[in-house]
Amino acid sequence: MAEVVLMKGNEAIAEAALRAGCRHYFGYPITPQTEIAAYMAKRMPKVGGVFLQAESEIAAINMVYGVAGTGHRVMTSSSSPGVSLKQEGISYIVGADLPCLIVNIQRGGPGLGGIQPAQSDYFQATKGGGHGDYRLLVLAPASVQEMADLTVQAFDLADQYRIPVMLLADGTMGQMMEPVTFREVTVRQTEKPWAVTGTGMRRAPNIINSLYLNPEELERKNVERFERYRQIEQDETLYESYLMEDAEYCIVAFGIAARVAKNAINAAREKGLRVGMIRPITLWPFPVKPLRAAAEKVRAFVSVELSMGQMIEDVRLAVECRRPVVLCNRSGGMIPTPEQVLATIEKLAGGDL
Amino acid sequence: MVVFEKPKSLTDAPLHYCPGCTHGIVHRLVAEAMDALDVQGKTIGVAPVGCAVMAYNYFDCDMVEAAHGRAPAVATGLKRALPDNIIFTYQGDGDLASIGMAEIVHAATRNENITIIFINNAIYGMTGGQMAPTTLPGQVTQTSPYGRDIHAAGYPIRVSEMLSTLEGPEYIARVTVNSVKNIRTAKKAIQKAFENQVQGKGFSLIEVLSTCPTNWGMTPQKALEWVDTAMIPYYPLGVFKDRSTGKEEG
Repeated sequence: MAEVVLMKGNEAIAEAALRAGCRHYFGYPITPQTEIAAYMAKRMPKVGGVFLQAESEIAAINMVYGVAGTGHRVMTSSSSPGVSLKQEGISYIVGADLPCLIVNIQRGGPGLGGIQPAQSDYFQATKGGGHGDYRLLVLAPASVQEMADLTVQAFDLADQYRIPVMLLADGTMGQMMEPVTFREVTVRQTEKPWAVTGTGMRRAPNIINSLYLNPEELERKNVERFERYRQIEQDETLYESYLMEDAEYCIVAFGIAARVAKNAINAAREKGLRVGMIRPITLWPFPVKPLRAAAEKVRAFVSVELSMGQMIEDVRLAVECRRPVVLCNRSGGMIPTPEQVLATIEKLAGGDL
Repeated sequence: MVVFEKPKSLTDAPLHYCPGCTHGIVHRLVAEAMDALDVQGKTIGVAPVGCAVMAYNYFDCDMVEAAHGRAPAVATGLKRALPDNIIFTYQGDGDLASIGMAEIVHAATRNENITIIFINNAIYGMTGGQMAPTTLPGQVTQTSPYGRDIHAAGYPIRVSEMLSTLEGPEYIARVTVNSVKNIRTAKKAIQKAFENQVQGKGFSLIEVLSTCPTNWGMTPQKALEWVDTAMIPYYPLGVFKDRSTGKEEG
């Protein structure tokens, strides 16, 4: 019988990672994600794992690179400015086709920004982030339960596709407490014949590398990686559809913004406005198909975001300009209210937008 | 009777290094240490960014290619995941003493049980001869065309001395490979740096004063002499820290 516990989102991520067989954590203190490091510092020594507070975010992600090369499950976590620092290492991890989990509990930016919640790292997370041709598989939980569940799933996906997976949440999600159930996890064992473990004088050396001086070879590697990405788009796109059956207006929102939007949708329904929501759970791959299908039925889309409007570009691409897409947002650590979202819908319905 | 053979821990790949460059000698000494300790099958090397970027083609063991300067962090991850394996990094002066200074200092202070081979040739080789953190005062490079001006560029860093001020490291020595005698001393030091790891003693760093005839603009012979006349006076050879003999600093 799985027990229900009350936990902060950050702690739920850490506990779920341990249950998923992650025994290596490297991080550097930054608000608002430090509870993950604190939890790992406490728990890792008790389960025979490694917690190491690195000298920098850069060192932390390179330690992750080292462990990932050995085939062990490994993760790091940070918040926006720290994740910017990790980008070099993430690009190398991608280039060497290694699996790992990177958690970004976002705060407002740019620069040092603030410590209040934001979703303004959407571009960085979903469009690559570091240098080179690549994507991360980006998971966007909207509850503490989902933070736990998607963390477990992240390790499986990373192993399956040999890619880094990013869990993208925000300061609110990281800090808020909710009941969470930790289901029995069967750690999926993936064969990793590419791992560096020492040859044991039984096989040719394995080399973990992202350097290809021959451009034809590098192109081939990139094309091969994008074939895996096509597979991921086909098989791993996740979203929640909320009251879309009869919807005339479709809200698109993820994470904390989706929870705000749900309140607004319920209020709108009470006023007789038929509003629904498509909530991307994977930000990359983006749920293009359901949005395109919705574009055949709804009058307009509203992208609700804690940023100056980043995901809205993907919504527009998905609906191919068949319907208007408007933005309802706050930035810099501010959160849109249900009233603000409702007002946007009412304006749309009244023809004012 | 075989009197001379290639170390087993080197592959057959022809080295790409310039004529007269001492990377080849140091590669050989590292491979000889792996052979002597019979650890080839459990060694994982970390290659740098720099002239030795393709060291993964030369060492016949599992290898990881790291980002510029990050080899000690990568090696930390490897060693923490595989404590029974032997992990070494092979880094140049730009890699280790400039962009990777934080990583090397912290790996040292944690006394990570790893072996660091640090090639100091006072210049950036791969990118075509720019000023390094170890470039000597007055030394002409592509980015110090009038000679390194200590007022503008500061002084070269003595990495071995600096790291020896830390409590953490087990063993730090500076050697060179510009003569048969010096190669013998270097061989012993490198072997000890691997032995320390096998015995679980901790962080060992061997700084090897090396030559870069191409970017120094010298013949190989002249370059070997320049190590004696210019480098050693600023970078004295010797053991700077050895916990097994109680030697600390200087």
